[in-house]
Amino acid sequence: MLDIALLCRGLVKRYADVTALDGLDLEVHAGECFGMLGPNGAGKTTTIEILQGLLQPDAGRVEVLGHAWRTHERELRQRMGTQLQETKLPDKLTVEEVVALFRSFYRRGKSVDQVLEEVQLLEKRGAWVSRLSGGQRQRLAVACALVSEPDVLFLDEPTTGLDPQSRRQMWGIIERFRSHGGTTLLTTHYMEEAEHLCDRVAIVDHGRVIALGTPRQLIESLGAEHVVEFAIDNDVLVPDEVYLDLSGVQGVAHDDGKTRLTASHVHLVIPDLMRVLERRGATLDQLTTHHATLEDVFLSLTGRHLRDG
Amino acid sequence: MTGSMRSWPIVHLTLWRVREFTREPEALFWVFAFPILLAFALGVAFKGRGPEVIRVAVEDGDGAAATAAALRISERLEPLVLDSAEAHNRLRTGKVALVVRPGEPVLLRYDSTRAESEMARMVVGDALQDAAGRREARVIAHETVAEPGARYIDFLIPGLLGLNIMGTGMWGVGFGIVKNRSQKLLKRFMASPMQRSQYLLSFVLARLVFLGLEVVAVLLFGHLVFGVPLRGSVFSVAIIVVLGAMTFAGLGLLVASRSKTIEGVSGLMNLVMVPMWIFSGVFFAYSHFPDAVQMFARYLPLTALNDALRAVLLDGAPLVAVAGLLAILLLWASVGFGVALKIFRWE
Ligand SMILES: Nc1ncnc2c1ncn2[C@@H]1O[C@H](COP(=O)(O)OP(=O)(O)OP(=O)(O)O)[C@@H](O)[C@H]1O
Ligand SMILES: [Mg+2]
Repeated sequence: MLDIALLCRGLVKRYADVTALDGLDLEVHAGECFGMLGPNGAGKTTTIEILQGLLQPDAGRVEVLGHAWRTHERELRQRMGTQLQETKLPDKLTVEEVVALFRSFYRRGKSVDQVLEEVQLLEKRGAWVSRLSGGQRQRLAVACALVSEPDVLFLDEPTTGLDPQSRRQMWGIIERFRSHGGTTLLTTHYMEEAEHLCDRVAIVDHGRVIALGTPRQLIESLGAEHVVEFAIDNDVLVPDEVYLDLSGVQGVAHDDGKTRLTASHVHLVIPDLMRVLERRGATLDQLTTHHATLEDVFLSLTGRHLRDG
Repeated sequence: MTGSMRSWPIVHLTLWRVREFTREPEALFWVFAFPILLAFALGVAFKGRGPEVIRVAVEDGDGAAATAAALRISERLEPLVLDSAEAHNRLRTGKVALVVRPGEPVLLRYDSTRAESEMARMVVGDALQDAAGRREARVIAHETVAEPGARYIDFLIPGLLGLNIMGTGMWGVGFGIVKNRSQKLLKRFMASPMQRSQYLLSFVLARLVFLGLEVVAVLLFGHLVFGVPLRGSVFSVAIIVVLGAMTFAGLGLLVASRSKTIEGVSGLMNLVMVPMWIFSGVFFAYSHFPDAVQMFARYLPLTALNDALRAVLLDGAPLVAVAGLLAILLLWASVGFGVALKIFRWE
């Protein structure tokens, strides 16, 4: 049986006018990289902060590395590393000084040089934090999380706002941590990030997990691995059944004036689709196809896009 | 890294505080240069200025010229001969302190609630009596002094020192903590095994590092430039400034204990400090205030600090002589730290 590194059972967290978590369950296995995906306000940060013993849930319980916060706080703090969504590191310190400050809190860990090497900030060691680029700052935050050689790493949107190159650098850092046996819980808005990095993904919406599995499993749950998306230029209405009758089409959804078909064989669907539309007098405006992603999974589960909450 | 002192969290935390300060040129200016510039400006402005010349009006008419001439003999008076309407107009607007109407008897018109007019009444009275040939019933000899210790600058320097200790203590601690909180650094620290007590202690230690420099800078400046006496023992002064610094660090911690924003804590800070700028005898003695206000002023921490500093620096008083003042400081320090630690918001 797999060891469970992180466990949430029935977490509830309410604020004055919102229920941030509404009975959330989660299990993260030791050694895996686990992703929480969800729109703004889904409850990702709330979950991750409760898991880190920074927030008290109104109901439910969490265990980290098999221990409760109440009884093992000291030990757990030594064994976890974290990067928080909103933290701004001290502006007037140098990169090296910031890492040394965090290193001093832990009994064991790496040397400052070692960590800076790992996150590729060695040549910036003497620069003030205020002079760093967004990507460098984010890597510094992760360096502070890694300096204690943690068993569990919490990363709350580590790549939000970064350019593709910085994002890939970050992915490399996370992959290296995982390859050394560390457990990672990360949140993200980026589908391709979750698909690339995560062994398993939980899709969170309105404070609950609405889908769970490997990225592959979730995409396969759509029943087809391609998405054909198009818009009709004139006012012709085509009933959904017509699309479902096309060979290989598994699902139909409408969104923002567009129609989306999930299909297994694009090359068979498209000629059929053109014929059907022509027969009904509909003119095609746009037509795109792509491999199904977690975004499509979210859309089919909720009817909404991840990004617009 | 070795297992030496260099890896202690308290060393890193304190170094951080010190660096945050020394890498901020504006902060350095306000802490070191500003009090010295202020002392210099005020010291020069009030240096050796004699009693002010008093302007008085003489109503035009019979005997006006003779009266004005009699008044002019006194160095302190500057008489102006004006017609009656103009003279009273100037009295009303405060341009002259008093109006003299020559005649028998001479009439002096003035507003008895104005200190300047009261002074004018006495000086004019003396001048007129002397001119009329008054003989003193008793000979009184005068000797004026300008001893170090009794001048305005001597009063000012300890007050400025107290003011500086208050300002740097409250801002240094209060501002630093609220900044960490609003940038979510405090939360980040809470996620690590950092001990809260060490975090707070680092603020106190960093204060002590700068306190020495601040105190030496201000006192040395006053002593070398204006000859302000430093009569008390170094030990007594050290005890007083450290206790004062701790008191204001505690109050800084208190105002910072729940504030989430820099704006919020700035408001609170001013609410606490402005009354002390006014009532604690920094620029002028609080004995000018009505009794009830003085009672209140006496228990303010900055008043206790200033009074203790003046007693020790200017009069060379021993610590026992200011024990009551130190007790007031100690009380404020315990209230500050005690309440702050109870209500402090860490997340
Ligand atoms: N301190 C708070 N007071 C009131 N409401 C809060 C507080 N913190 C979070 N919330 C609310 O709880 C809900 C969940 O917030 P949370 O930060 O967990 O979302 P998230 O999934 O991390 O979103 P994002 O992707 O934008 O970071 C939101 O509706 C948010 O407005
Ligand atoms: Mg969040």
